[in-house]
Amino acid sequence: MGLKPQNLHKEPILNCSVTFKINGEERNVSIQPWVSLLDCLRDHLNLTGTKKGCDHGQCGACTVLCDGKRILSCLTLAVMKDGAEITSVEGIAKGDDLHPIQQAFIDHDAFQCGYCTPGQICSAIGLLNEGKAGSREEVKELMSGNLCRCGANVGIIDAIMQVKDGGSYE
Amino acid sequence: MNNFGYKQAEDTREAISLIEHNETAKFVAGGTNLIDLWKYNIANPSQLIDINHLAELSEIKTLEHGGLRLGAGVKNADTAYHPVVEHQYPLLSKAILAGASAQIRNMASNGGNLLQRTRCYYFYDAEVPCNKRIPGSGCPAKDGYNRIHAILGTSEHCIAVFPSDMCVALAALDAVVNITGPTGNRSIAFADFHRLPDNRPDLDNNLKKDELITSIDLPEKGFAANYAYLKLRDRHSYAFALVSVATALELKGNTIEDVKIALGGVAHKPWRSTEAEEFLKGKAANAENFSIAADLILQGAKGFGYNEFKIKLAKKAIIRNGLMALNPESQLPGAQPSA
Amino acid sequence: MELNKTVGKSISRLEGKLKVTGAAKYAAEYKVDDLLHGYVVSSPVTKGKITKIDTSRAMAIPGVIEVLSHENRPKLAWFDLQYMDMDAPPGTVFKPLYDENILYNGQPIALVVARDFETARYASAQIDFEFEEEIFQTCLEDNLDKARPAKKGFATALKPPPPPPTGEFETAFANAAVKVESEFQHGTEHHNPIELFATTTVYEGKGKLTIYDKTQGTINNQLFVANIFGLRYKNVRVLAPFVGGAFGSGLRPQYQLFLCVMAALHLKQNVRVVLDRKQMFSFSHRPPAIQKMRFASDMNGRLTALGHEVVAETSNFEDYTEPTASWSHRLYPAPNTLFKHKIVPLDVYTPMDMRAPGGSTALHAIECTMDELSYKLKIDPLELRLINYSDVDQASKKPYTSKALRECYLQAAEKFGWKDRNPEPRSMKRGNKLVGYGMATGIWDAYQFPARVQLMMNSDGLLVVNNATTDIGTGTLTVMTQIAADELGLSLENVDFRYGDSKKPFSMFQGGSAITSSTGVAIVVAARALRKKLLKKAAEMNSSPFKKAGDEDVFFESGNMHLKKDPAVMISLKDIIAFNKGIPIKTTNMGKPHMLKLRKYSLATHSASFVEVEVDQDVGTVTVTRAVTAVAAGKIINPKTARSQILGSMIWGVSKALHEETIMDAKLGKYMNANLGEYHIPVHADIGELDVIFADEKDELINELGTKGVGEIGLVGMPAAISNAIFHATGKRIYKLPIHFDELI
Repeated sequence: MGLKPQNLHKEPILNCSVTFKINGEERNVSIQPWVSLLDCLRDHLNLTGTKKGCDHGQCGACTVLCDGKRILSCLTLAVMKDGAEITSVEGIAKGDDLHPIQQAFIDHDAFQCGYCTPGQICSAIGLLNEGKAGSREEVKELMSGNLCRCGANVGIIDAIMQVKDGGSYE
Repeated sequence: MNNFGYKQAEDTREAISLIEHNETAKFVAGGTNLIDLWKYNIANPSQLIDINHLAELSEIKTLEHGGLRLGAGVKNADTAYHPVVEHQYPLLSKAILAGASAQIRNMASNGGNLLQRTRCYYFYDAEVPCNKRIPGSGCPAKDGYNRIHAILGTSEHCIAVFPSDMCVALAALDAVVNITGPTGNRSIAFADFHRLPDNRPDLDNNLKKDELITSIDLPEKGFAANYAYLKLRDRHSYAFALVSVATALELKGNTIEDVKIALGGVAHKPWRSTEAEEFLKGKAANAENFSIAADLILQGAKGFGYNEFKIKLAKKAIIRNGLMALNPESQLPGAQPSA
Repeated sequence: MELNKTVGKSISRLEGKLKVTGAAKYAAEYKVDDLLHGYVVSSPVTKGKITKIDTSRAMAIPGVIEVLSHENRPKLAWFDLQYMDMDAPPGTVFKPLYDENILYNGQPIALVVARDFETARYASAQIDFEFEEEIFQTCLEDNLDKARPAKKGFATALKPPPPPPTGEFETAFANAAVKVESEFQHGTEHHNPIELFATTTVYEGKGKLTIYDKTQGTINNQLFVANIFGLRYKNVRVLAPFVGGAFGSGLRPQYQLFLCVMAALHLKQNVRVVLDRKQMFSFSHRPPAIQKMRFASDMNGRLTALGHEVVAETSNFEDYTEPTASWSHRLYPAPNTLFKHKIVPLDVYTPMDMRAPGGSTALHAIECTMDELSYKLKIDPLELRLINYSDVDQASKKPYTSKALRECYLQAAEKFGWKDRNPEPRSMKRGNKLVGYGMATGIWDAYQFPARVQLMMNSDGLLVVNNATTDIGTGTLTVMTQIAADELGLSLENVDFRYGDSKKPFSMFQGGSAITSSTGVAIVVAARALRKKLLKKAAEMNSSPFKKAGDEDVFFESGNMHLKKDPAVMISLKDIIAFNKGIPIKTTNMGKPHMLKLRKYSLATHSASFVEVEVDQDVGTVTVTRAVTAVAAGKIINPKTARSQILGSMIWGVSKALHEETIMDAKLGKYMNANLGEYHIPVHADIGELDVIFADEKDELINELGTKGVGEIGLVGMPAAISNAIFHATGKRIYKLPIHFDELI
């Protein structure tokens, strides 16, 4: 029954040269067009902080910031982001100084296994950048693209509310 | 999962010429649906034509005769939070924000939203028959697990639903889809853009293979005073609608002067009923009249077992959302029923 | 002396910084040179035989190294026994790529190995298979006539079958003053940790492997690999320092481990295999079950008969069971009982323990039935539980080592505001919402497994604690560090707990809420030995003031050993090691349950959950607006991480009651929503206000720490409390989980 995916293109496909600024550093990769930004980060640039949970845009674990906005790296092709500025979880802290959201996650025990955490943190920073969430209910709604199977939801929202309302975020 | 070539189009002309000469090429904008389908072996493009850099597609601008033009390449989130959309077309804003997640809305384009494919389990599984995927192979959804499937406008070949929230609002607002192609430009009324499955369930809409959506026009009337979007689903966010309703009212006192009601999650396209809307005009905006309208909208609705509940649910939702539209401030995040 | 104790204090997770910065490495994330990538091919057929495999198109793709299938796989161990893991149910273990037979849909049928992930993934779809399909059965309801008791085996020790009937159940039930009879249906659930199952195998040469694996049991998987592939135990090292959730799915070695190791040995190269999300639905799940409940009481609410008959799914190759039927008798006295657990073998993969296996399924039925009974009796649901309260486990007739369930009931009821409840269904409203209050009891076993721990005091004052356990997000690292620090009077910074490594001393897999009591007790035992050795060494020093001191005469604090009678007399632990010429002083000891003493007791944790729901009066949508769960689980080592365990499992309860279900299309014989978009687990928007209380429960009998484990108890009561609250709100009893909101219209 299955459709066998076929390579229908006639010419051989050459690797594309892609340059992005990742966590403030310019990086160039020579990459096939079908490599996702997620696999590019993890396999090609050894930035494994960004997680693969579903690879289909259904869990949010792969969330990164692209030009300041939160996106899903699993549904993004690396080639589509030539010239973009990407921030992954590895680029959130300034050296040893944790971002207030990171510290709040620790303080509120906002994770257990830690696997969804990088996505939650990038998403939370994206949410704060957007500035669209006021109430706790709105924060919950706008964070709902990030699943947590351990059930650390309460701590995650507490952490975000504290940073949002506590003025420790600029 | 096949390999594909990739090319960025510099302008609309180039985009059209690239696709015109390659039967198996696909445009990619946000990629949120296409890349997903490709990973599931359902889309099999030989080449992706990246249209993210097409300046013509990337604007939201007011139209001379009133109304607003939404560039097809503008992201869903940027559309929902655009000041004019928030102000003049809050129904559209609410509907967009009820769909997907913040991340996906930051990626997904307006044009792409119209072209989303169904989330039918059987369509999404390349190993099982599906008339939409492989015409003539059969439809296991009809007597399978069809909780999420259509109750209106189905055919013996397909009972899939169109999953968009944004399009439910666009249907209610009588938007117009602007298209360009090798032979020039054309426009399609929103109601005529998507199609019912009939005997060609493989075709979701009336866009031709080598055409590109450039923008979506909203008429001047945005129903900003009385509107509501209600989305009912198996969790409070980040799930597709089982039933959704967009209601736009123009009231004089409590009398309905004008009304648009569109349903999502129930058919192969956003569902409208002229009969129901005509009935409501001149009537009092109350539960009783919304109930009669609901019956008119749901005329001919038919369940397939697991989705039988949608008929009753849709009726309740239409009535409730009509009442919510009287008090738009009552709407909650995620288009949940009012408190 | 208690000044610097850390046990009982809320300590933030010690690995927190690694997790929030992305530095924590999971199984698929180790940078390994010359790494090959494996991609699994899954069977599209539910039952039958592979009649032909043509790999030529796949092999022709540049970058493809090998396609392994049953036709060309290397020779493997032959006997089932060699494939047995510590958690294998009775039966024949599934052996990947063993022969041409297809036993279930999604079964791995080939592994493509390529230079990069994308090539392997593409090539996985370029293999041409031919199948001979056979008729299959995957629907529990359609096959109830095949129900039979499970075979007994190795794993039966932890999961005994229900006890024989007592009294005259049928007569008692027939003649009872008040009775409830109902049938509950539970669907399939999948564990779905967010981390995909993955293995990275480093081929070290000379029959030696280092394996980074996603598992709850490093030693379990080490033995499994060594047995199958004929390797020496010491040459197989399994590491799993970070595990991205597991919830039971990592209790058994999964097939990606097998395939990855097979490929690495065959190709003599480093290989990684990562499953995709759809494949995460192709091994192990919580089985669907049908439960027939018959409870009866006298007019005063005293239970007279308890009947609980369960039929659950298993595979056609292993007899999986979970503890279900006898829980009611562990809570409530009744002279007449009838408990049965039967299984129906189907063409699916073997089910497996999933967070609170059996308990969460059974307690839903039990506590909903109790609620229904309370309405028939017109007795408050909480009151009915108190009427039937017992400090003795009625199933075994043994007293509990401790049972602060009464305190749980009362404290949670108080905090929740249970007294404000109008018992009449549909009587409480808030705007458009019907409001319901519901409550339920939870009970779970307090397990302890044998464990070995090595303690090593180093010259720099650092205490190294070695044990093979994992930390699947439970807080094990933090909790063990606390225990060890207190035992030797050290600060947390001076303790280094090293874990997640099969080379470390023995630990069972991390399941059954048992690790705190297992490894924790072993630390206590080893610390006792280490203190003795340190004292002995100190006593050897010239004119040592410790010469005549016995174990009881000294205490350890702030890195020093003091004389109790004169605390000013002290020596630093560093100085003791320095005196030992800088050579660390170490000890390895076993901690184990005191079987002889504990034989006279029943061991369990308890909980009481109180839930408020809002149900929309028109469209039926349900929100768990708030919930309070009080837990009696003995000593709580770290209230912060323990609270997270309870909160997390309460959310699992919300999920089980309202969201998650794997949909089986029995005509196709496969799961249709094998993805996280359509397999719904709660999102942030679904979670209301959740509160946790730890009831004070001193247990001096159970083990040296007085701990009982908190990993699962928070889940067991919640689904029933939610269902009961929904009944209270709407007047509707829904016997099938998850409850779909449209049923409430």
